[in-house]
Amino acid sequence: MDHVSVRMTVNGVLVERQVPARTSLADFVRDELGLTGTHLGCEHGVCGACAVLVDGSSVRSCLMLAAQASGAEVTTVEGLPHSGRTARLRDAMSRHHGLQCGFCTSGFLITATELLTDADAVEAPDEGTVREVLSGNVCRCTGYQGIVRAVLEVAGGGATAPSGGEPAARGGGPGAAATAGQQR
Amino acid sequence: MKPAPFAYVRADTAADAIALIDEDPDAKFLAGGQSLLTLMNLRLARPARVVDIGGLGELNRVFDDADSVLVGATVRHRAFETDPLLRRLVPLAADAARHIGHVAIRNQGTLGGTLAHADPAAELPLVMVTLGATMYAESRRRGRRAIPAQDFFVSHYTSELEPDELLTWVRIPTLLPREGWGFVEYARRHGDFAIAGAAAVVGLRPDGTVERVRAGLLNVGDRPLLVSGGASMSGCRPDDELWRDLAGEWVRQANPPENADYVRDVARAALTRALRAAYDRAVSAGGE
Ligand SMILES: Cc1cc2nc3c(=O)[nH]c(=O)nc-3n(C[C@H](O)[C@H](O)[C@H](O)COP(=O)(O)OP(=O)(O)OC[C@H]3O[C@@H](n4cnc5c(N)ncnc54)[C@H](O)[C@@H]3O)c2cc1C
Ligand code: FES
Ligand code: FES
Repeated sequence: MDHVSVRMTVNGVLVERQVPARTSLADFVRDELGLTGTHLGCEHGVCGACAVLVDGSSVRSCLMLAAQASGAEVTTVEGLPHSGRTARLRDAMSRHHGLQCGFCTSGFLITATELLTDADAVEAPDEGTVREVLSGNVCRCTGYQGIVRAVLEVAGGGATAPSGGEPAARGGGPGAAATAGQQR
Repeated sequence: MKPAPFAYVRADTAADAIALIDEDPDAKFLAGGQSLLTLMNLRLARPARVVDIGGLGELNRVFDDADSVLVGATVRHRAFETDPLLRRLVPLAADAARHIGHVAIRNQGTLGGTLAHADPAAELPLVMVTLGATMYAESRRRGRRAIPAQDFFVSHYTSELEPDELLTWVRIPTLLPREGWGFVEYARRHGDFAIAGAAAVVGLRPDGTVERVRAGLLNVGDRPLLVSGGASMSGCRPDDELWRDLAGEWVRQANPPENADYVRDVARAALTRALRAAYDRAVSAGGE
């Protein structure tokens, strides 16, 4: 009764397991699937080390049950593509000293990937937006400057968008960036 | 593995969820899990069974209903920021939702979850109280009932909902033509719960003078606080000083449990700015 059967696609591979209902998605990918790139820091949603993509959106895998992700498509840091923006992001992270011990890095890569591959973004995210989005991830080593620089480099922006711009819309369909500050 | 053992069942429909919770008094709804799973990880909550409603598509919908918008309980916080219809119809909620935790939290957390959780520091409960929304709840025993937002929040982490009641829909009145909104909060770091915050709606007459003002405060007591009374702005074209005075009067209605003077000062600054933003938006929306 306390076991559930879960079935999901992880990094493109269909997996099916019987696990205790209380298994978090984090423990599932780490312990059941051996994908230890997803790290656990606080286990209550604060540090972002455990970020994974579920159906393309970033989530805290410590605050999601494996059972809740059943039926979904999950991408962990191991499944991020080795070409395009994510490859450039990895490269920029090392050049800008965006990591030291690396404990937080997988979480930052997932969070930044969601931002950088936002299909609905109208313009490149500016520094304010990048900082706001990354604010959900804690790094104890780098002081963040290098991480922000790396993400900005790959975003190709930095000076283009107006300051104070809101995070670009995702999943809202075309024209999602319309109306803050206006009446209907 | 952090939580105590429990049984998991996924509801396929809202009716299914209501039936499942009715069978088992020790069960709890699990929506986005962004509050409940933290409590379970800390073993502050130990439900024997969770009924997963997070995937209920029938409640993950939004309807434009002339002068109000009907938002389902499983609509994610993030949708208030990104869904074009929601942004257009409830811009106050779009502004407020940006302050909830971080993107990953907002991708998962649901409207029904934050309202049922009833944290006095939460943003969307304040928005609902300020806009005068109505919550709809359903259970086997009580059937359907409508609860005005102002009566919905009872105390810290306590809402009007009975344990077997599913919050299904929320009806949020949309702004009138000459109304503007403002939302301001102060937190130590972006994404933290706020020290204090304020939401405001200002409506103008056709001649551009103020017709009505509605405002509320978050994290100044055990629930979102609607403030009222005080000097009437009706018929005025208030300048910044008048708004600050009104905010100063209104925050006296708040009784923060700790650091009362400091929290009231922060609330006053937030409320002043929220009122001014609301007024400015109303003016540029065609009050004059
Ligand atoms: C790091 C972090 C930072 C956060 N920061 C903020 C913040 O700044 N501001 C803020 O407002 N929130 C914040 N949150 C909380 C977040 O908004 C939660 O999403 C929200 O409080 C609960 O929504 P949920 O869908 O996750 O609900 P759950 O956690 O699944 O459920 C919460 C409670 O509501 C009940 N419930 C859920 N849905 C229903 C329903 N439809 N009918 C009846 N009962 C229901 C559950 O049984 C449970 O008791 C934060 C969370 C984290 C982890
Ligand atoms: S381990 Fe999940 S957010 Fe810290
Ligand atoms: S590199 Fe060590 S925590 Fe970020």
